[in-house]
Amino acid sequence: MELDIFRYILLAFLILCAVYTCIGKGLLRSIIVYMSYSLIMSIVYLLLESPDLSITEAAVGAGVTTILFFVTLKKIHVIDAEEKIEDENPDAQIDMTGKQEKLPDVNPKHRRLVGKIFTASGILICSAIITVLIYTVSFLPRFGDPNNPVNDEVSERYIESGLEETGAVNIVTGMILDYRAFDTFGESCVLFIAVCAVMIMLRSDKQDDKEKENNNDRFYEPKNDLILQKAAKILVPVLFMFGIYVILNGHLSPGGGFSGGALMGAGLILYTSAFGFSKTERFFTMKTFRIVTCSALTFYCVAKSYSFYTGANHIESIIPLGTPGAILSSGLILPLNICVGLVVACTMYAFYSLFRKGGF
Amino acid sequence: MSFVQNFPFFSIIIAMFSGIISSVLPAKAARRLCTAMITAVVIMSGCLLIFTVRTGESFNYMMGHFPAPWGNEIRAGVLEAAMALFFSVIMLFSIISGLGQIKEEIESTKQSLYFVMVNLLLSSLLALIYTNDIFTAYVFVEINTIAACGLIMVRQNGHAIVAAVRYMVMSLIGSGMLLLGIILMYDLTGQLLIEYIRDEVEILAASGQYTVPLTVSIALMGIGLSIKSALFPFSTWVPDAYGYSITPSASILSSLVSKGYIFLLLKIIIRMIGFDVIKDTKITVIFFVYGVLGMIIGSVNAIRETEIRRMVAFSSIAQIGYIYMGFGLGVEAGIIASVFHILSHAATKSLLFISSSALIKVSGDSKKFKDLRGSGRRNVLAGVTFTVGSLSMVGIPLLSGFVSKLLFAEASFRSDTLTMVITLFALAVSTLLNVIYFLRTVITIYMPQDSCPLSGSGVLTKAKNPPVFAAVCVALIALNLFLGMMSEPIVNLIKSGLSMFG
Repeated sequence: MELDIFRYILLAFLILCAVYTCIGKGLLRSIIVYMSYSLIMSIVYLLLESPDLSITEAAVGAGVTTILFFVTLKKIHVIDAEEKIEDENPDAQIDMTGKQEKLPDVNPKHRRLVGKIFTASGILICSAIITVLIYTVSFLPRFGDPNNPVNDEVSERYIESGLEETGAVNIVTGMILDYRAFDTFGESCVLFIAVCAVMIMLRSDKQDDKEKENNNDRFYEPKNDLILQKAAKILVPVLFMFGIYVILNGHLSPGGGFSGGALMGAGLILYTSAFGFSKTERFFTMKTFRIVTCSALTFYCVAKSYSFYTGANHIESIIPLGTPGAILSSGLILPLNICVGLVVACTMYAFYSLFRKGGF
Repeated sequence: MSFVQNFPFFSIIIAMFSGIISSVLPAKAARRLCTAMITAVVIMSGCLLIFTVRTGESFNYMMGHFPAPWGNEIRAGVLEAAMALFFSVIMLFSIISGLGQIKEEIESTKQSLYFVMVNLLLSSLLALIYTNDIFTAYVFVEINTIAACGLIMVRQNGHAIVAAVRYMVMSLIGSGMLLLGIILMYDLTGQLLIEYIRDEVEILAASGQYTVPLTVSIALMGIGLSIKSALFPFSTWVPDAYGYSITPSASILSSLVSKGYIFLLLKIIIRMIGFDVIKDTKITVIFFVYGVLGMIIGSVNAIRETEIRRMVAFSSIAQIGYIYMGFGLGVEAGIIASVFHILSHAATKSLLFISSSALIKVSGDSKKFKDLRGSGRRNVLAGVTFTVGSLSMVGIPLLSGFVSKLLFAEASFRSDTLTMVITLFALAVSTLLNVIYFLRTVITIYMPQDSCPLSGSGVLTKAKNPPVFAAVCVALIALNLFLGMMSEPIVNLIKSGLSMFG
């Protein structure tokens, strides 16, 4: 009963945060509220008994995404510009370069009217969609009812014979990396192609561009911040250990490649922001990134192709499942988890460094 | 189990694999790998088509050691194989005719990344065609979205980046709605495999349970996919995205990406929900209304346009309208007409984009109509190709556009009277509008060129068509004629494909 009240409070906060993120003045505040939204969401996931999702949400939603937003805002000087403009003129428009926007010569009254109509119709459409969705939810099967359509032969087999068929104690990992491994391969490729798209957009390849970015970077980022460095010295090893633990135990306990990789990525980002790129580049460069990502995905592709091919053609797979519960068990799941973890960690770090200075 | 049955899986996986390793290859190797991979997919899809036509039935292919509904599954029949063959052929033509432009306009260090996008885009299209699992479809829709954004913004100028951002925002709204629809459907049926959802939906529809959420779920999926495939009110991103990206990207986006989503929608309509249930929800009426509106408004916008590329882009909106109108007729003949129009439009639109870029090139890189005067004489082959494409769009007999218009008109006779009248009227108006803007363009490119100077700084040049470009033009014209003249066997193929598909 007390837990129920707690849940309602959390959900109320969730809605408040979501609304504030949309309408709040100032991007910086919106981002911080958005971060707390993600944290609440991860607690909600935990209360719904899906710890795998909760770890991922906390690491990706609250951690990495927020940092990426910050880096971007800093890079385009919105944070400084916002402070300045708030002092001078609270209504002024901020554009991406921090300068006053030059508007085409249109009647200002006309412009304001169009803007108002636009806002009004936006609010109208959104509230219509929200009403329809809430109305729909009231017709859905009751949450947690054992007679729901989702509790059918599919989930029954996952729960009852998942351990025996995949060798994974953590059924969720067994599902995503064995029963539905094709989807997960697709998801890893989503991350990979996202990094490639960001590279097309942001990577600076010309030599003088690179130097300019490097100089800029040193100019705007804090150098040798003592508090940050001391904190990072304690936190980074812990983050790495925890990340590696989550990845390696993906088939035994909550977590797996995605969550563990996100944790390790967050560790790398923290290390870089405390000690600068020169320290990180001793062990992690563009080349490392390319080799690690490419070989991890290649291994995933080859391993899964083998298993798909043998499965579809009814050939017995030669990969042993091992004893459930041991660290070396459940066939391909452990190596696949390591691959996914490497891809995710590299991707997170690559996003950070591409956003911050357009390369490694 | 025959070895050929592995081909759908092979073609998806080699496309993904070459996407992954392209990222570490130098540009030249990535280019070669890409063309080799697409050729391999073309050959495999051809074999698969022959195989499925011979056996006369579709087959399911287990992805892994677990049978459906526990594991992933793909399914291939005549329609899927034909689509895969057609899509990969158009992809091959678009890429090899645009290799020159890719080399010139993309930074040399980023060319291999472009091929990563192309390879993964092809893999996602193939997966959308073959998949028998709605969640797998969603995962590949994500890949498709990001790859399409990459294709637009690879030309690093302001216009292209703004177009990519617009595309991304609209497309992500579409993905979100699709995902919500899939979640609702899972909540109601407890299944993700398409055929198993069908069984559950039939039970639900018969018993009248959960009518509201079922309708909302279908509506969300329908609207989500129509945003992504640029149905009329959601098509504001089209002219920029197609108009300002490089030619191979524009031709892939307009002839393949939007068609991939439409094919997924077709799969949802026919195989997942069942056409009868869809008709009961009245969502076909919405498709019909917006399809007709799109046909007319897209053409009107095209008439007002002053740049050739954007005009061709607006004409895409009109053609997408045709396809949705076919879905909206609510009869099987309408679906057949729509599927034929997917093929016909893909063949014609890629031809128009490829030939118009050659015309632009000989007019001092200006897209404005007034600078294009006489360009059909400066580059004879491109001029002829563009003319053929325009005539096909207008609907001149012997060309593919005529057959699809005929099929739409025939299909409308099987619908009720009001629908029939509206369809025939819309077809007539749209044809008239097509005549105005396409024939105006054709006349423009053959007009004697003015003595007045060009608006830009470019100079008029004589064309030197590389042999690859010439071959692609001839092949596309031949494809168009083939679709126009041999429509009988193709329509029969689509018919038998659809009967296996459902």
